This record gives sequence, C-alpha cells and structure tokens, in this order.
Amino acid sequence: MDRMPAWADAVLVPLISILLAAAISALVILAIGENPVDAFTLMVEGALMRSSGWGYTLYYTTNFIFTGLCVAVAFHARMFNIGGEGQAMIGGLGVALACLFLPMPHWTLSLLVATFAAAAFGAAWAFVPAWLQARRGSHIVITTIMFNFIAAAVLNYVLVNLLRPAGAMDPASANFPETTHLPTFQDMFAAEGSALFRGAPANVTFFLAVLACIGVWVLIWRTRLGYEIRAFGQSESAARYAGISPVRTTVFAMLISGGLAGMMALNTTMGEAERLVMNATEGAGFIGIAVALMGRSHPAGVFLAALLFGFLYQGGAELALWTNIPRELITVIQALVILFTGALDNMVRMPLEKLFGALRRRDA
Amino acid sequence: MTDPAPAIELKGISKAFGPVQANKDISIRVMPGTIHGIIGENGAGKSTLMSILYGFYRADAGEVWINGNKTEIPDSQAAIKAGIGMVFQHFKLVQNFTVLENVILGAEEGGLLKPSLAKARGVLKHLAEEYELSVDPEQLIENLSVGHQQRVEILKALYRQADILILDEPTGVLTPAEADHLFRILDNLRKEGKTIILITHKLREIMEITDTVSVMRRGEMTATVKTAETSPEQLAELMVGRKVLLRVDKKPAAPGETVLDVDNLRHVDRHGVERLKGVSLQVRAGEILGIAGVAGNGQSELLEVLGGYAEGTGAVRLRGQEIALAGRGSDGQARRARSIAHVPEDRQTEGLIMSYTAWENTVFGYHHDPRYQSGPLMNNALIREEAAGKMERFDVRPPDPDLAARNFSGGNQQKIVLAREIDRDPDLLLVGQPTRGVDIGAIEFIHQEIVRLRDAGKAILLVSVELDEILSLSDRIAVMFDGRVMGERRPDETDQTELGLLMAGVTERPEGDAMSAIDRSLEAKETREAERHG
Repeated sequence: MDRMPAWADAVLVPLISILLAAAISALVILAIGENPVDAFTLMVEGALMRSSGWGYTLYYTTNFIFTGLCVAVAFHARMFNIGGEGQAMIGGLGVALACLFLPMPHWTLSLLVATFAAAAFGAAWAFVPAWLQARRGSHIVITTIMFNFIAAAVLNYVLVNLLRPAGAMDPASANFPETTHLPTFQDMFAAEGSALFRGAPANVTFFLAVLACIGVWVLIWRTRLGYEIRAFGQSESAARYAGISPVRTTVFAMLISGGLAGMMALNTTMGEAERLVMNATEGAGFIGIAVALMGRSHPAGVFLAALLFGFLYQGGAELALWTNIPRELITVIQALVILFTGALDNMVRMPLEKLFGALRRRDA
Repeated sequence: MTDPAPAIELKGISKAFGPVQANKDISIRVMPGTIHGIIGENGAGKSTLMSILYGFYRADAGEVWINGNKTEIPDSQAAIKAGIGMVFQHFKLVQNFTVLENVILGAEEGGLLKPSLAKARGVLKHLAEEYELSVDPEQLIENLSVGHQQRVEILKALYRQADILILDEPTGVLTPAEADHLFRILDNLRKEGKTIILITHKLREIMEITDTVSVMRRGEMTATVKTAETSPEQLAELMVGRKVLLRVDKKPAAPGETVLDVDNLRHVDRHGVERLKGVSLQVRAGEILGIAGVAGNGQSELLEVLGGYAEGTGAVRLRGQEIALAGRGSDGQARRARSIAHVPEDRQTEGLIMSYTAWENTVFGYHHDPRYQSGPLMNNALIREEAAGKMERFDVRPPDPDLAARNFSGGNQQKIVLAREIDRDPDLLLVGQPTRGVDIGAIEFIHQEIVRLRDAGKAILLVSVELDEILSLSDRIAVMFDGRVMGERRPDETDQTELGLLMAGVTERPEGDAMSAIDRSLEAKETREAERHG
C-alpha cells in the first residue's frame, strides 16, 4: 500500500543493502582477527586508487555487464536464464573459431567477425532450452543449468581433441594471430613510457559492453519486440489475448539473452587470454544473476551493479595478495552482497516503505 | 419498554492504509433479528469494514459493541467466539473433503473425528429442516453446485453458533433461482432471530430482502435508511453522489446484414473437457446479442475462440468470409486485422498489462499497426499523444497517460480498454463482463458507449453474468448452459424467471416447483461431469 518515491527504490534500497552487507563482512573479518578498516582501505586502494587497479576492475566489470544484461533480458520475459555461464563458454568457442580460422587484416574487422560469432554461438546454446520451454514446457531453469554442464563437457572435448596444438600439454587452443589482438586500455590511453593502465587486461570490449547497455535499453523500451517481451513477462494471458506468440517471444528473448552472454567471451578470450582456455568464464555467468537482480533488470542498474562486483573482484584479489585474509573470504563478502541485494531485498524495502508512509502521513 | 441492545454497534471506526483512508469515522447499529444491507461502489470501504468486524484488520480508531458489550476482535477466532460468521465471496472450502468434514474443520472436538462427525450430522439435519438449508452431508464439495457450496459456508457459520452472519456479495455466482432460494434461507434465519449483514452492489437485492440499509462512499457512511422508506434511485444517488440513469436509454435496434455467423462451434480445453458443444448463433450489424448464463458454462471459451486465443472447430464467418479457428492464421492479431475488437472478461489478466502506462496500454494488441512504427522503433510520441485524446474522449480519470494501469480504478481501467477497442471502429465488438467490478457512475457511461457503437451499425456480442445488464442492453438474448445455447429470447418477451430456468438448463416451464427442476438439471450436469472425469 505504501509506495516509496522512485529514487528511494532505485538508490536507497540497494545502498542500504550494500552497507548492511559491508557491516556483516566487517564483523566476519573482525572474527578472524583482522582489521576491517585496513582491509577496506586496501580494497579501495587496490581496485580504485591506481590506474592499473581500475584496469582490472573494469575488465571484470565488462564480464559482468554482459552476463548481467543476459539475465536481465530474460527476466523481462519472466524467464530465469541461469545458463549464462554455458552460453558464455560456447560463445568463447565461437570467438576462438573466428579468430583462428577467419583472421581479418585489422583488429576492428576481427572484432566484428568475432562479435558475430560469439553472439551466434551463445544464442544457439540458449535456443535449445528456449525451444524446449516454449514448445514442450520443460522448465528453463532446469534446462539451462543442465546446458552449463554440457557446455563445459563440449568445450573440454573440443579443446583437448580438436583445438589443442600438437604437442601442447594444456587444454587450450593455439594463440590467436596478431591481427586479432584487441587494444588494451594501456594501448589506447597511455602515452609512450607512461605507466597508465600498465599490465591491466581492460580492453576495447568495455566500450562494446557500454554500447550493449544502450542497445538493451533501446530494445526493451523502444522497440516492438521489447514491448512484446515485457508484456509477455508481465502477463502471459494478456499476451495471448493481444496475439503475442508465447513461442516466438520466449525464443527471441532467449536468443538475445544467450547472445549477450556469448559476447562476454570477447573480453576474456579475445581481449585478455588471446587464446581459448578451459574455464575462461570463471563463474561470471552466475555473478550475472546477482548483477541483474541488484540492477533491477535495468541496463543502467546493471552497469552500476557490474561496477560494484568488478570492484569486489579486484579488491578481493588485492586482499588475498597482501593480507592473511584467505581468498575464500572474498567469496563470503560477495555472497553477503548477493544475499542482501537479491534475496533479502524485502528486509530493507518493507521498513523503508513504512517509514516513507509514516512521513507522508505526518505531512498530510 | 426499552429497545434491546443492538446486535452490532460500530462506533467511530477509522482505518487508513498509507495515505488512503479506507474507513472514516463509521458508526452503525444493527438490531437483532434484522437484515442490514451495506451498499457502495468498489473501493467505498465495505470490505475493509467487514474485515475489521471479522478480525482481519485492526481499526486505527473506534469501538465494536456486540449485544451491548464492548468487544475486542483481534483475530477471526475472537470474531467466531463473539458469534460472528462470515460467508466470503470466494468460498473457503476444501474441495476434496465432504460437506461434513468441511463443516467440522477447525471446530473438531477431541483427537478423534468420529464423534465430531456424528454430532455435526445431527446438527446439520436439524439446520436443514429449520432453514431450508439441505445439502447431502456425505457429498464431496467438488461435486456440488456453486449454490450448494454456498449453503455449506452458511452451515459452517451456523455450526459455530453464529448469531450474526455477514455475507459478502453472495449472489455474484448464483442463478436467479438460486439467489431467490438464498433469500428464502436468509428470511428464515431472520425469523429465528439471527442478525444478517448483506454486502452487495445490487440495488435490487437490497430492496428485496433488507430491513435497513447503509450506503458507503469513499470510506464514509453517507446514509443509513429504512429500506421501506427509500428507492433504488435514491440509493444510487447516495452511492455515486449524483443522479444516475439506472435504465439504459436506447432506441429500438435497426439490424442490418449478418456480420458474425457461428456454426456448430466446438472447443476442447487443455484437460480434454469439451467446453463448447456445438454453438450456433448470428449477430447482425446494428444489434447487440447478449449471452446470458451462469459463469463457467462456456461463455468465456466462446469469447476466447472468437477472439483468436483458443482453438476451436466448426465454422465462423465474418461477413460471409470464413475465419481460421486454429493454427497460424488464428490469433489475436489476425482477428484484429479482420476488424474484430475484443473487450475481454478480465481486464486485469487479459485486457491490460497492469504495470504498463496508460499510453502503452492504448495500443496493446494493435502495436503491430504500421502507424505506430518509426523505423525499427515504436513511435512512442505519437502513441502517447493519441492516448491522451482517447482518454479524454472516454472520460478516463485521471487523464494522465503516464500513470500505470494498476493505479486507475476498475471503472477507469475498463474505460481504457473500451477506448482502445472502440476507437478502432471495429465491425464486430466482442465484450465480456463490461461492468464487472465497475462503479455505477462508470457503468452508465460504458453502457452508453456500447449502445452508441450499435447505433453506428456495428455488431456486438455481449457476454455477462449480470442478468440485469443482459436484459437492459441486448436486442436479442441467447442463454448458454453447459457449452450449448439453450434458447434465444427477445428481452421484451421474457423475464428473469424464464431466463433463470434456461440458465439452469431447463427449457420448458416446469409444472411444479422451479427450484427442484433446476436442482434436477444441475444434478444431471454434475453426474455427466463426474462420469467424464471417471
């Protein structure tokens, strides 16, 4: 009954959730005998106070933007695509095939071809669960999570048996040709001899991710397909009344979702590793779920949430490097953020709604 | 001699939900052994008031007095203890329990069921004789008609020794004959000294059965009057706050050529149950064909098949041209392309996307129109601009296109749907329950718009469970029962009784008691259904 102003819903609720998560994280750090203030300072310095720190933070952010958008688009059609991980893995296969077998004379063209391949492979991997859901009613959560395992197995087979260069010991493809190497932030922004962004993996795909945010916003709120996806997500019975095909809408939403997940591989495989390795996704597909939840499925929210998780990833790596705080604790902190922003959303929201209701009554 | 203490007295009850004042300083006195009606539009605060009385909500201020004693009602257990029984609009019965098991549910005595069941059987027998409340105590609820299920709800309350009975919109799901029977029961209860509060939006029922009536408007009690000293017109005016036209003002129809021709239409639902069993009917230009029937007899499926979102077999022709009833060429888009507009029965789950703004909803279903595209994008500026015009013409309040559909009242939501469908100037308009949950002021407007479309020479198929609405709007009436059309009548050549019999599947006027003929017919239908489910 009591409604909050929009700004409180969009800013205040996630902010308080993060603060709560931070407070409990501090208690955990205290409990293992470390100083939470020092830890936090270290995280901020490592992730945000140096240009190379930013280079890592934005590299992770790029991953999370793509996977966050992937989950967000599916959410709009009221589908829970938790197969971003698998779709990104298969997207990586697309990138590798494009780079190895269709090398272009310049990185811009290579990026174009690889983007197409990544999106197509990711979308194809999402198509089967989408079709099964739309036609046979197989639940998308079950099928997409199973497809994650199939994707890992497929990638394993392809890398070990098909793409591994003769004589190489590790399950990875050959290095991509020189013309497919993407410019890093260091290449783009650092003058000769400058230390700006030195050694950091952030690369041009970050800007592609920002473009994808804008693209998703246009798709969802400005196109007919987006209108139909949102309508279908809000009420399937109303969609049927309006003549919006459930099959078509389900499949299209999932193709776009899978395509976005696949594009994440551009960052990891083409931008950073410059070859296809096992487990290049490192769980980013699952972080995407938290990012989309926290960003309320809005591209701007996804961008900000991805930035936060990028900071947590990079800051966490710094902690593990310089303190006795074990790496596992970073996972605990991330889990707390997910818990508070996603699962315990109402715990913050309901008292706030009451508060705003009370304030309004006093004014009236 | 002093008057007895009132059975119920509410003093200064107030309740707010956030900024909404649902009940404002409400006081009523209901004397024992009377039927007191509470009437008001949707959102007037009737249900909130009854929820306070039954312990679902706590009042912000005010007192409840029962039989002259100040009583606290923190929960429904306390309400039951105070002798209050409630019959909800949506029954709260366990479908696969017997009548007896439902009656004792929550009122069992001891850990063993058998003694409680035996006691209940005796009490039920006694109640059945006393109040015409006969139900087979061993029957499963799912095998009972709606009217009988409602009797079980009343029995439940009486079994808990309720002296005060609250009924919330009890006739919404009943045939007229069943409603008459319910009123006989209520009358018997009154004679035995029970106190009854009847919540309804039907003026006719208030006039027929109540002793006193309170009118609520916007959370306030605007008047309490003796029923014998008031009139439907006065009550309507008190409800709305201005004079309203209760009868639809319309000229005789001037029907033209046949627009819709439905021939032997059949539909089988997902569970394999045949919902339409060969429906044939015609609608001509410039006429309104009303489909009467108790909810659940195939009217919804008829609209869905004609509207293109359920598959059917048989033949449907629009101006002589066959329409696809299944497969690719059969969906809402294809129907709209053939100039068939559809105001669906449920605006909240079908007609509108509740989270969409009003302007987004004004093109819902027509969003493929090339006019609303600009390149790869939708021309939102144009849609919004047109929406503002439509909302003004259909008097949608507030006239704000940016407001989400869920923030409009029921009547204004329905006006948005009507604006969208009528504005396309369709050849055929399918309308389901146009005024369900709509306040009286808006009903008048909606009826006028439908008649206006008819007078413009369009064909209209109207489905409604409100018999008054069917009688006042239709030029011809087809009555549906169990997936079939039982007969067609002209409104000036029939009456509620005849239609009521047809709605229960009785095609000839019975010799003896109408009610027992209806019971026989409904039992036969239930047996058929039970056999089908095996």
